[in-house]
Amino acid sequence: MKNNNSRKNFLSFLANNSVPILFILICVVCIPVSGFSPSYLINEIVTRMGRNIFLILCLLIPIMAGMGLNFGMTLGAMAAELALILVSDWQIWGIPGVVLAMILSIPFSILLGMLCGKILNMAKGREMITSYIISFFMNGIYQLIVLYMMGPIIPIKHSNVKLPRGYGIRNSVDLIHMRQCLDNLLAVRVGGVKIPVLTFLLIGLLCLFIIWFRKTKLGQDMRAVGQDMDVARDAGINVERTRIISIVMSTVLAGFGMVIYLQNMGNIATYSSHSQIGMFCIAALLVGGASVDRASIGNVFLGVVLFHTMFIVAPKAGAMITGDSMIGEYFRVFVSYAVITIALIMYETKKRKVKSQAGKQLQLEQEQEEAAANE
Amino acid sequence: MNETLDKTNMSVRDRLSAFAASFGLPRLIIAAFLLLLFIAAPFVGADFWTQISNTINRFSWNAVMVLAMVPMIHSGCGLNFGLPLGIISGLLGATLSIELGFTGPFSFVMAILIATPFALILGAGYGWLLNKIKGGEMMIATYVGFSSVSFMCMMWLLLPYKSPTMVWGLSGKGLRTTISLEGFYDKVLANILQINIGNLSIPTGTLLFFALLAFGMWAFLHSKTGTAMTAVGSNPTFAKAAGVNVDRSRLLSVILSTWLAAVGILVYEQGFGFVQLYMAPFYMALPAVSAILIGGATVNKATIPNVIIGTFLFQGIVTMTPTVMNSMIHMDMSEVIRVVVSQGMILYALTRKTEAAK
Repeated sequence: MKNNNSRKNFLSFLANNSVPILFILICVVCIPVSGFSPSYLINEIVTRMGRNIFLILCLLIPIMAGMGLNFGMTLGAMAAELALILVSDWQIWGIPGVVLAMILSIPFSILLGMLCGKILNMAKGREMITSYIISFFMNGIYQLIVLYMMGPIIPIKHSNVKLPRGYGIRNSVDLIHMRQCLDNLLAVRVGGVKIPVLTFLLIGLLCLFIIWFRKTKLGQDMRAVGQDMDVARDAGINVERTRIISIVMSTVLAGFGMVIYLQNMGNIATYSSHSQIGMFCIAALLVGGASVDRASIGNVFLGVVLFHTMFIVAPKAGAMITGDSMIGEYFRVFVSYAVITIALIMYETKKRKVKSQAGKQLQLEQEQEEAAANE
Repeated sequence: MNETLDKTNMSVRDRLSAFAASFGLPRLIIAAFLLLLFIAAPFVGADFWTQISNTINRFSWNAVMVLAMVPMIHSGCGLNFGLPLGIISGLLGATLSIELGFTGPFSFVMAILIATPFALILGAGYGWLLNKIKGGEMMIATYVGFSSVSFMCMMWLLLPYKSPTMVWGLSGKGLRTTISLEGFYDKVLANILQINIGNLSIPTGTLLFFALLAFGMWAFLHSKTGTAMTAVGSNPTFAKAAGVNVDRSRLLSVILSTWLAAVGILVYEQGFGFVQLYMAPFYMALPAVSAILIGGATVNKATIPNVIIGTFLFQGIVTMTPTVMNSMIHMDMSEVIRVVVSQGMILYALTRKTEAAK
């Protein structure tokens, strides 16, 4: 009996953590095949952790508020890019430049976040597809601003930012004077591995903030809204406002995260940096074992390590196995999309199961009541 | 009947506002914008008839893919963001038809025939999946499309294609990103009964082919099965009570949509003259989705006129903006306008309160 029970527990553990386990298996197979040295691998992973974790953490707040995976985090990334373009045109470099870019991104993020929140409130029940389309739509507006308005309407002085034709921003904006300035300040080298302490401190601060925030009144409200909107409304919570706040917070944090990301990369691909960021962050979070309605800080860290290990080793391993390096490239893109697809399917089936169980429970209770009344 | 009687009693202004309400404001703006482009075209030196031919040509390439949206909207599965899955069946048909050595117009027929079993199988799997996750169709459809496209990226490299017209010249394996259809089915439909008057050329064959499919769809929607499907879409509980098998209706609609997407991409290729593989089908769902929405469809209601009007308006804007805007303000804003118009239209449809009820 007990044995049976523990087996059941083990199976349910497997089922609940199938995605991380699958990824651990992929990594275990691919790492030896790729032939990377451990120090190179660890170095890469630490760099990528510093680069991505802040961005991924911003996804936690909308999940808490029951709004699913925030594909609209791209908006925050766009806000950060706008801010960085302006800052680099003003030629403010180093740490002051990074801090200024973060501050400057806040108003853009708030504006975009409020717009996104308002639209999502009009599309309750299909937040994810809507936020996904919003990110496409805003990409059009972003292009309109960056490609046509920067120059004639928004003053841009320096020719290393501006296109030769006199308006619009170059395809790639160099951040060479800002490159890794956060990462290098207070950096510690441990056995050939560079650890960007300051970046990790910022990440730690954000983690503490999220833990603290969950306990505040607003955080509790968000969780209530996430549980059941109608109940929350009856309890006197302003549901619409709470949802907008959660999206605005997520967007602002995504803006900060994007500044950290770009200072690590050292340049902005003006028209493409933001387009993939949402997809990769969401995939990483899901790889860490999160689902559409439940995600923790632990999921973020595990997800970044597993996802990016796969990302680093897959092209090389693919080249070794099939003799074609493109296979590995396509494989990692496929895996990112497949993970999101599977997570979405699992979430929807679970939701339906819970619903039908609740229905059955209700029916049972009703029958019992009727039986009691008949007696 | 009553409606027409009422309309005659209304004043012109009432009628206009009623028309605007039924037509939808965004649609009206887009139509007015396109009209403006057509009027402006001759003044900026673009030849009017060439523009018209371009628009009609592009209409003929895309119309079938937009038609593929109709069945799933009718059965309540929402907008088919998973269109790339059908496109992949079409691409498999196209490449296999060439690989097996068919040439000329016959290769087009064979491409459709080969694509059909793939579309049926993939469509059935996709439909089965969508039946498991009722209510979350659109997001999952999007990602099913993405995963299948990226999966096929690997397959195009790995599958043992041999035909020298398709594989990379150097290594002798792996399909090229674009494959020319010259000698196969390039313009095979368009050349049937093509009308050329001065600068105006109309691909009659392609239009007739679309008309045939559209008529078939119309007839199907008015058949017993089709009516049942519409009932499932408008009220699943009622349909179930009336004895309609909800899951089966939905499955059928998804298969139909996938098959139409497969045929749609083949029609597109014969007009365009190339097969595009790898990441090309990735974002092909979005233009089709926005086209049908611009045509007046909503998340749960679509008709054949919606398809025709929508494809014409959308493709009209896509073809007209680059030429007209370029000559007018010397800026190529067409890409931005296309993105804002198409995504804005999808957003508008998703946020409509009345349709939010599932």
